[in-house]
Amino acid sequence: MNADEFLDITDVVCPMTFVKTKVVLEDLDDGQILELRLNDGEPIQNLPRSLKDDGHKILELANNDDGTFTILVEKGGLT
Amino acid sequence: MSTNYKELKKGGFMRQRQPNYFSMRLKSVGGHLTAEQLGTIQSVATKFGKGYVHLTSRQGIEIPFIHLDDIDAVKKVLSEGGVQVGVCGPRVRTITACQGNSICPSGLIDTLKLAEEFDKRYGGRELPHKFKFGFTGCRNNCLKAEENDIGVKGGVKPDWHAENCTFCGVCQAVCPQKIITVDKIARSVTFDENNCLYCGKCIKSCPSDAWQGRSGFVISFGGLYGNRIAVGENFLPIIFDEDKLYKIVDAALKFFADNAKSGERFRTMLERVGRENFIDMITEAAR
Repeated sequence: MNADEFLDITDVVCPMTFVKTKVVLEDLDDGQILELRLNDGEPIQNLPRSLKDDGHKILELANNDDGTFTILVEKGGLT
Repeated sequence: MSTNYKELKKGGFMRQRQPNYFSMRLKSVGGHLTAEQLGTIQSVATKFGKGYVHLTSRQGIEIPFIHLDDIDAVKKVLSEGGVQVGVCGPRVRTITACQGNSICPSGLIDTLKLAEEFDKRYGGRELPHKFKFGFTGCRNNCLKAEENDIGVKGGVKPDWHAENCTFCGVCQAVCPQKIITVDKIARSVTFDENNCLYCGKCIKSCPSDAWQGRSGFVISFGGLYGNRIAVGENFLPIIFDEDKLYKIVDAALKFFADNAKSGERFRTMLERVGRENFIDMITEAAR
């Protein structure tokens, strides 16, 4: 699956992880895909759920085996 | 007139180094005090003490430097201002709690409500030695359940709902026990329930509500964190029914009262008489 946008939030911590993601999603259209690289720990525990609560769909998750994950998020995929 | 220190201690007056002065222990349940109570405490500390209070390790307040001659006056002011004195000695002590699920997003059980109910049922009860209860809302364990004679921790038993699952794999990524396996291609999920910690991370992180669950109580017995340090032990699976929780605690306190020597803590008693009979008894109570 091809992403329309890529964002790396492994250099920030909560709540900036969520803020940065939200800002990037703002600029996408519904149905477009964001590829998001995030850290293990708190980001992977909280971010997918928060995105879901905002109506976005988590399509895939890949473990990069370096303490980070990459997820594909469909903007507005649940609305 | 000689001072009956034992009687004073029972009423929350801790003898100080300074002759005829007491540090007055106040009652709190779950670390919860109202603004009105704080006003009363402030006035007592200012008028009868030295204008300060001490926060105890068990979420309580003590007012140091209360003079023996002022004890009755202090008790009267406190009582009129809605503050009770705390307890010391061989009995059920201050019951501690985190804020629980009525406040904290991580909380799985209503710790404060439970602490209040426990105080009603067991608060101040005379036993062979001091006895501490503590409540913590989840596995983050802010309230350190296992350092108490009986600790109660919120947990949740996860339940997977296939119809909601998108097989994204977030649950597998967050599970601290690594007991969830998501097969994206076969569209299947396996979950080794026997090794579950009931932490609820799978439920909390799931972006499709495929993981749901029922909250309950994980009980630990025999914790000590003073002269001797020992971690409370779990002898039972997670309990969902609050009535069952009381049955188990009733049984545990009875076992303690029946078996402990005077001045012997719950843990020491368990080790002396053996855990087997105790485990049988609470397992029966949990049935």
